Amino acid sequence: MATLTEGIRRILDHDLVWNLRSSPAAIIAAIVTSLLFIAALGAPFITPQNPLDLASVNLLDSELPPAWMADGVSHYILGTDTQGRDIFSLVIYGLRISLIVGFLSVIMSLFIGVSLGLWSGYAGGWVDAIIMRAADVKLSFPTILVAIMLNGVAKTLLPAEVFQKSALLILVFSIGISGWVPYARVVRGLAMVEKEKEYVQAARLARRSHTAIAVSHVLPNTLGPIAVIATINLALAILTEATLSFLGVGMPPTEPSLGTLVRIGNEYMLSGLWWIVIFPSLMLVVLILAVNLFGDWLRDVFNPKLR
Amino acid sequence: MISFILHRCVQAVIVVLTVSFVSFMMFTYVGDPVNNMVGEEAGPAERAELRIKLGLDDPVPVQFVRFAKRAALADFGISYRNAVPVTQLLAERLPATLELVACATIFALTLGILLGIYTGIKRKGILSHAIQMLSLAGISLPSFVVGILLILVFSIMLNWLPSFGRGEVSAIGWWTTGLLTLSGVKALILPSITLGLYQMTLIMRLVRSEMMEVLRTDHIKFARARGLPERLIYFRHALKNTLIPVITITGLQIGSLIAFAIVTETVFQWPGMGLLFIQAVEFADIPVVSAYLVLVAVMFVSINLIVDLLYYAVDPRLRIGNAATK
Amino acid sequence: MNSPLLQVENLRVEFPTRHGTLVAVRDVSFSVGAGRILGIVGESGAGKSMTGSAIIQLLEPPGRITGGRVLLDGQRIDNLPLAKMRAVRGRQIGAIFQDPLTSLDPLQTIGSQLVETIDVHLDISKSASQARAHELLGNVGIPAPTVRFGQYPHQFSGGMRQRVVTALSLAARPRLIVADEPTTALDVSTQAQVMALLKRLCTEHGVAVILITHDIGVIAEIADDVAVMYAGQLVETGPVRQIIDEPKHPYTAGLMASVPRLEQRQNRLNQIGGAMPRLDSMPNGCAFHPRCELAIERCRLEAPPLERHSNRLVACWRKEEQYTARIETTGKDPAPVPASVLAAAPLVEAKNLSCHFSVPRPLLTRILTSRALQTLKAVNDVSLDIRLGETLALVGESGCGKSSFARLMAGLYTPTSGQLSFSSASGSQPRIQMIFQDPYASLNPRWRVEDIIAEPMLAGAPSSSAAQRGARVAELLTQVNLSPRDSRKYPHEFSGGQRQRISIARVLAADAEFIICDEPTSALDVSVQAQILNLMRDLQLAFNLTYLFISHNLAVVRHVADRVAVMYLGRIVELADAADFFTSPAHPYSRLLLQSVPSLSVRDSNRTPIKGEVPNPMSPPGGCAFHPRCPYANERCRTEVPMDAPRSSGRVACHAWEEKRLPYM
Repeated sequence: MATLTEGIRRILDHDLVWNLRSSPAAIIAAIVTSLLFIAALGAPFITPQNPLDLASVNLLDSELPPAWMADGVSHYILGTDTQGRDIFSLVIYGLRISLIVGFLSVIMSLFIGVSLGLWSGYAGGWVDAIIMRAADVKLSFPTILVAIMLNGVAKTLLPAEVFQKSALLILVFSIGISGWVPYARVVRGLAMVEKEKEYVQAARLARRSHTAIAVSHVLPNTLGPIAVIATINLALAILTEATLSFLGVGMPPTEPSLGTLVRIGNEYMLSGLWWIVIFPSLMLVVLILAVNLFGDWLRDVFNPKLR
Repeated sequence: MISFILHRCVQAVIVVLTVSFVSFMMFTYVGDPVNNMVGEEAGPAERAELRIKLGLDDPVPVQFVRFAKRAALADFGISYRNAVPVTQLLAERLPATLELVACATIFALTLGILLGIYTGIKRKGILSHAIQMLSLAGISLPSFVVGILLILVFSIMLNWLPSFGRGEVSAIGWWTTGLLTLSGVKALILPSITLGLYQMTLIMRLVRSEMMEVLRTDHIKFARARGLPERLIYFRHALKNTLIPVITITGLQIGSLIAFAIVTETVFQWPGMGLLFIQAVEFADIPVVSAYLVLVAVMFVSINLIVDLLYYAVDPRLRIGNAATK
Repeated sequence: MNSPLLQVENLRVEFPTRHGTLVAVRDVSFSVGAGRILGIVGESGAGKSMTGSAIIQLLEPPGRITGGRVLLDGQRIDNLPLAKMRAVRGRQIGAIFQDPLTSLDPLQTIGSQLVETIDVHLDISKSASQARAHELLGNVGIPAPTVRFGQYPHQFSGGMRQRVVTALSLAARPRLIVADEPTTALDVSTQAQVMALLKRLCTEHGVAVILITHDIGVIAEIADDVAVMYAGQLVETGPVRQIIDEPKHPYTAGLMASVPRLEQRQNRLNQIGGAMPRLDSMPNGCAFHPRCELAIERCRLEAPPLERHSNRLVACWRKEEQYTARIETTGKDPAPVPASVLAAAPLVEAKNLSCHFSVPRPLLTRILTSRALQTLKAVNDVSLDIRLGETLALVGESGCGKSSFARLMAGLYTPTSGQLSFSSASGSQPRIQMIFQDPYASLNPRWRVEDIIAEPMLAGAPSSSAAQRGARVAELLTQVNLSPRDSRKYPHEFSGGQRQRISIARVLAADAEFIICDEPTSALDVSVQAQILNLMRDLQLAFNLTYLFISHNLAVVRHVADRVAVMYLGRIVELADAADFFTSPAHPYSRLLLQSVPSLSVRDSNRTPIKGEVPNPMSPPGGCAFHPRCPYANERCRTEVPMDAPRSSGRVACHAWEEKRLPYM
């Protein structure tokens, strides 16, 4: 028991956690993000309806306003859309999809970017030249364009049913493959600096192979900045996915993310059904804001000079 | 100096060539151009004839060279959807997008840099904190949400500004501009803000963090030790040092504005290239798609080149070599 | 007695941290008279830089002055509002910081930086300030000031930049300059020049100087008075000669005894056990008592005040007693090597070793001159033997190629030409390891100490178990005087000296026979350096190790070396037994280098420092690379590269020596 309390006390006393405790904005961000996570994970449990399951949707209940308004019904707290789907449930399921796409694409970019950056920075020479040129080329293709193109190519090449089902994977792929450059650049810069440090030379004198040195010595020293980039990129990935879905080249209405919901709602905004567009927008903004706040805090932690 | 420019130009050409290559691959291999142009009723003989006419049976490198040559002369063929030369379509739409991007850029740059400097120097203070909080909101709002909100407030509720279209435009040669008419200018305001807001907050945050970083360097400390007044330190020493890293990143951001214009054009029904692009993708109108990509790449690369030249002009360490001899 | 120019009374500097408020400077009082040089000396963490910053109110936040007063000409300046303080800074008190490269704005010409400083403080016309700027540049010894006026900082070499910084600090004619480690980042020869400059400015213009440094030699050379700081407090202050020759405080005495002397080799340097306490773990009573040999009960309970005693101020309860730290005077230079050892095959043999780096040129120069690459001849035709069990010292300043040579020996670089051969008693290639200069960069901050030390064992004995390695790590830690419990810690929990010990343990873990030491103590405090040098000597005797000891510090070299090789711009210019080298150096560069070393014992203000600076290794002078700076150079030296000529117990590469033109030493 004593060791448990000792352990807890040491965690609470750790620099990172202490920093968190002293920044109210970060605490709020952390709480909000955690709540959103839990909500997304437990979507089937907290929503009164699974809006993606057509059997549970009642067309007669369509276009109902939120519960606190005149025609509202308490069962559908935030109202329903034109097909009778509960807005609250849609938002939670949409949140889930936005988060899944965001995370998966960040993992993909991270993996590609860190590997290429480490290789490029450590090996130098022509490897470095090629990878950096590739980065330049990639930067001339803004993510949105890449995603639109890939979506179009997939739509042309794949049969309609397969295309609908793989919308999520296509999105993850297009965002993931576009986001590797920041990781690569930062890791490359760090690798180039660390490579010259004496502990790397000592490792070479100990006859470790270059790969072993790059992975076991250099890589751990790049983790801090990577964490910061990953958080900021998560916000960007969520934002990009939402934008693509809004444009109609992201998640389809049958499996809508928050962006898709805004797109659908936008068409009905002028007819007065404002709740269909406002609530998904709100959730989207809150999500991105929370992640950005967290990223900001993380960056300050790793760069205490700026406080 | 010249070697630097040459070097950069070579890099630029490589990038454009790569982009063209990818465009070309799409052009040739995605979907069947013959199918798209002729329709389903045409017989195999007709198709074969068309294939020979379009040169689709030639080896790939030959086709690419032909494509590249034509592209260099701004000839991208005929649009599948409209049966009109692609170049003509782009020329109609280009001014709209460019004007929008230019206005958004000016908005983002001026406000971004000014606010960034202010919050970098005055780190505490209510106004500074308020601006910083707004900046956080700025990078968390997707541009389509901003657009929708602005339309909701300024068009629907207050009815001050239009919610779609360019308003009245005046033609100068093949260029059309909305800046010369009141309705044109009014129509530009909301879309420019929508497009530029994200970039503005990004630039602001960047300038702020660079400024704070620079103010902690040794040479600023030495300047203070010499008794130089704060005004001189901020505006002569800190500012120039801050702007150098800012220039590079800003260049990249402006390039991406051209891509982000797609979203703004969708929200405001702005008749620019972005809207054209989206529709072309939906219709698998490959000539338009590849032309758009090449054009964007060229614009990107030109902006980067200008940024590099600016960098070179500003930093004496690049201009004058390291001559560590006495 | 004139009233002093600057008076500091009971200064107290604190800074709040999350663990509580730390006191960095505690009850410090001293004064500086007009035209005098006060040296504040102490090891890292003693609080001397903080004191200097506090005087001009440039403490890094959250540090702040919480007690005491600073008086300039009798007026308080520590409580001035910032606007008034700015008027004092530059105009009354100037400052010079350690690193001249980062002190200057890289985007402004030095001329404009000079003029703006003058304009801010002196109300004179534009042309007058330009003229003054030129005058200042000439005053600090910058040749061709009109050309240099319009150049940028990166176009100057290190020593030149520090002169520019000095000019800037003098621009508004201050009466006092606070110089914080002004020569630490410079070569020995450049250091001598800058010190001479400061001294000259002081005497000619009556400028007072507060010289903050950890280098006691510098203080001995030019300071009039000295204040010794320890753990944020003054322990002893007074006239410099008396403090150095007859220190009364046990710390001062121990410190003086730890410094290796150029004039005399010692068998073992005096070392003060332990390390300076960190600010968050200050002992009660006298801060020095845990390490003090004379400590009594009272020292544990009560901190002694600074009191007058035998013409100085000392803070020690036992100051009345005569205390001399054990300076060993019985050391002697190593005996000449017996013939049997000379005949045996050397452990390492380098023949005509060269290491050239190609640096690609800009594209246009490539096109115009059709020469794609510039060659940096870091190591140029070097032949050297290293014998089993000896310590060969390699001496040289920055850019001479000693670090590249070290890496060649270690196998980290491949030679462009020449041969490197080894022969060891065991028959196979000897195990080679390195100890590096920077204790912070030599250990991976993310690895635990046990993994760091065990790493060489992974390749050497791959079949060993974790337990075996763990046992060996514990054994090694004890051998370097650390505790086996330290193995689970991370490097940041250790001080600089302790990290060097970990590096040494790592070297031993590889069962090294030949150890290349690249400036192993240059980044350490004097007392810590003594500990490490003693440790290295003990280990050498215990395990029959062979050292290649690279250093620019000639006093340390005197203490450790059996033989000395001097390197200049990639070539060995002299090689001799240590005794012969120090008593009668042959090469002009060696002679001048020895003269430039600041000495604790002798105050020799008539020495002329070597003129000029080490040239850019990318474009070395023709013929003998040293000729532009050599007082004995003739026409032949300008065109012909000197070949090796013999000297007692070694060789020299110098035309003047061959032609017997050098004065006898």
